Amino acid sequence: MKAARALAVGAAVGSAAGAILLRRRARSGDRVELYFDDGSFVTVGKGDPDAARLLSPARELLVAARG
Amino acid sequence: MAQTADALAHLTEISSQIDAAVVLDREGTVVGATVDDERAGRMAGAALELFRRADEQREQELVQLDAALEGGSVFVVRDADRLIAATTRSEPTVGLVFYDLKSCLRSLAEEPPEKPKPKRAPAKRRTTTPRSRTTTRKKKDESG
Repeated sequence: MKAARALAVGAAVGSAAGAILLRRRARSGDRVELYFDDGSFVTVGKGDPDAARLLSPARELLVAARG
Repeated sequence: MAQTADALAHLTEISSQIDAAVVLDREGTVVGATVDDERAGRMAGAALELFRRADEQREQELVQLDAALEGGSVFVVRDADRLIAATTRSEPTVGLVFYDLKSCLRSLAEEPPEKPKPKRAPAKRRTTTPRSRTTTRKKKDESG
């Protein structure tokens, strides 16, 4: 009984930690979020085929702003 | 232009997260900026390119975007006539930045496009009594 409980607690803590790590990793990567007039939005991350096309001018914009 | 400068000054005053901002028209011409002309031109070019690329081949119309990059974030918001692009430090409060940028664009949209013509001095009130109404009678049709 105790072992099952410990296993359940361990699984819960592990999944929470995993979720936090995944979220941090997702946030740390370069990404573009597009918002449309119908209220929908799309996230374009590094793995997407569109990513390079969008991230390149975005970086240019940031560099230009900082001189 | 001065009104745009005022709106941008207000924007950077209320939003401490925004480092630099530029307002441009749909062709990429800089309308106002918080940075010097050279940087503003480069920012406007990159912002327009980013927005055009993001808007290509989409079924819905793009209204705003943000890009989270290493070292900072960039934002582009459009209204009917203009775009505003801004940069912030890393991990800004995205919703708040969008709200401030939209408010800035809205304040610009409320401005009259041209300087209003100088108003004429109000007409002086007549103190004389109104003239009696004169009526003209229609001549009766002689043929009828």
